[in-house]
Amino acid sequence: MGRMTFIEHDGTRHEVEIEADKSLMQHAADNMVPGIDADCGGECACGTCHVIVDHQWFAKTGAINGNEKQMLEMTPEGAPTSRLACQIEVTDALDGLVVHLPEFQM
Amino acid sequence: MSHSPSQPGENQVCVIIGASHAAAQLATSLRQQGWSGSIRMIGDEGGLPYQRPPLSKAFLCGEKGADSLIIRPSAFYEKHQIEFIPGRVTAIDRAAKTLTLADGSEQHYDKLALCTGTRVIRLPIKGASLAGVHYLRTLADVEGIRRELPDTRRVVIIGGGYIGLETAASLRKQGIDVVVLEMAERVLQRVTAPQVSAFYQRMHSEAGVIIETSTMVAAFDGEQRVERVLCADGRSYAADMVIVGIGVRPNSELAEAAGLEIDNGIVVDEYCQTQDPDIVAAGDCANQWDPGSAQRRRLESVPNAVEQAKTAAATLCGEKIPQISLPWFWSDQYDLKLQMAGLNQGYDQVVIRGTADSGSSFAAFYFQQGQLIAADCVNRAPEFMLAKKLLGQKQTFDLTQLADEAIPVKQLMAELTASA
Ligand SMILES: Cc1cc2nc3c(=O)[nH]c(=O)nc-3n(C[C@H](O)[C@H](O)[C@H](O)COP(=O)(O)OP(=O)(O)OC[C@H]3O[C@@H](n4cnc5c(N)ncnc54)[C@H](O)[C@@H]3O)c2cc1C
Ligand code: FES
Repeated sequence: MGRMTFIEHDGTRHEVEIEADKSLMQHAADNMVPGIDADCGGECACGTCHVIVDHQWFAKTGAINGNEKQMLEMTPEGAPTSRLACQIEVTDALDGLVVHLPEFQM
Repeated sequence: MSHSPSQPGENQVCVIIGASHAAAQLATSLRQQGWSGSIRMIGDEGGLPYQRPPLSKAFLCGEKGADSLIIRPSAFYEKHQIEFIPGRVTAIDRAAKTLTLADGSEQHYDKLALCTGTRVIRLPIKGASLAGVHYLRTLADVEGIRRELPDTRRVVIIGGGYIGLETAASLRKQGIDVVVLEMAERVLQRVTAPQVSAFYQRMHSEAGVIIETSTMVAAFDGEQRVERVLCADGRSYAADMVIVGIGVRPNSELAEAAGLEIDNGIVVDEYCQTQDPDIVAAGDCANQWDPGSAQRRRLESVPNAVEQAKTAAATLCGEKIPQISLPWFWSDQYDLKLQMAGLNQGYDQVVIRGTADSGSSFAAFYFQQGQLIAADCVNRAPEFMLAKKLLGQKQTFDLTQLADEAIPVKQLMAELTASA
């Protein structure tokens, strides 16, 4: 079974097990990872599931749609490898994925 | 040895009535806040909490299955010892601290959370009980609609609010002929500016949906199944199916019978507490005191249910955390993503960025005495993010800047938020 790591802004690490057919946001919610609000439940409407993907993993997280891109561009803590966690479909290819959480969600 | 402070909820039972957005968050937040006692969630829809918004969107379109709607899987509740009890609570005895369920069983509680939500308003007209007349609130409702869709060519939707319009878009996308009948002079009258209503009417008619405003429905006609919708002015519309979406009412009768104060929902203070120190309420059913505007407000949205649930959970754990979140909402129709922030009641001016008369993207900013109070953003995620930011900082600024598309949103964000 693969694993992924969420690192909070203060450095706290959360390792979670990969489960098939779930977004990265849902993995965070189901494992009570704090710092991902996900107000809209994954509809790409709130921008409160922002994560910053480790550089080496970024390409593997899939394509970014227009709406996600626009929201990320306005996020104060946005980085070149920012993503909305609800738009990342998790597969075994992401075994070992590391993402960082911003200090605040918008 | 140092004295360890007692954990909240030690040897206590917290019962949550209702099992939807508010309840799911409340149970989770209780555990996050360290509640160590039992948590029991009683819901009358048969299963675990699920996402309601997709019901009129992706789920109605057939793009999402019922499994993917679940807010959290059963393993989550098991792991965190959150017990789900299917059933309907019929009475609260506050003196004895017990609940009675429809099957006659009883449940004891030390702390109680009311997350009973709302139910649809039914149309009390002739023919209302004919087959083919549907409402749209629950998974079961939409499963009923979806079962009949293969034999459905024409649908009449009663009510041009968000749910009616989303339903119209989802059905039209599947090639069904759709007529929307709205009593008011324009769709979305209660919630948006005329420009926004006109925009949605245009988009729907471009998609081939017929919208009739200022139209009163008088009766449904048919043998076994609905065949026609009859209007008060004599017009009639053929239909294989009718979907009624004319609003909801808070489920507050249980609380009322228990002697709690009711006024358009269950009355709670800013911390989601009722008059009973052991009872909180959260979500669609709660009419919450808002210190900012010095009035009560009852909102019907997922973000509100989630925020209130967090506040209520903190209150139950003995911590009073003021709620500072901004109301917001979204709606998906066709390829239009509407994101709204703030509350526009009482606006005296609307500034449009972009154009609502053509194309499919603009933002409407609502002002009251020069102060930004809300924004409706259609396919304008950057403006939505800007509005959220500006609404949080309460200040007045030059309105013309907002309307000027020559100034990029990023620059507005930098300038307008820096001057705060
Ligand atoms: C089709 C549709 C689309 C929507 N789209 C959006 C959207 O895009 N964005 C958005 O923010 N919001 C949307 N909403 C609104 C959103 O779903 C509600 O605001 C939200 O569900 C409120 O959650 P709640 O937990 O307060 O109440 P509810 O979801 O109403 O849940 C209350 C639950 O309690 C149960 N219950 C009541 N009384 C009892 C009792 N005595 N015993 C046991 N159980 C009881 C009810 O059966 C129900 O399951 C939509 C709603 C619908 C119907
Ligand atoms: S959960 Fe709302 S945008 Fe991802």
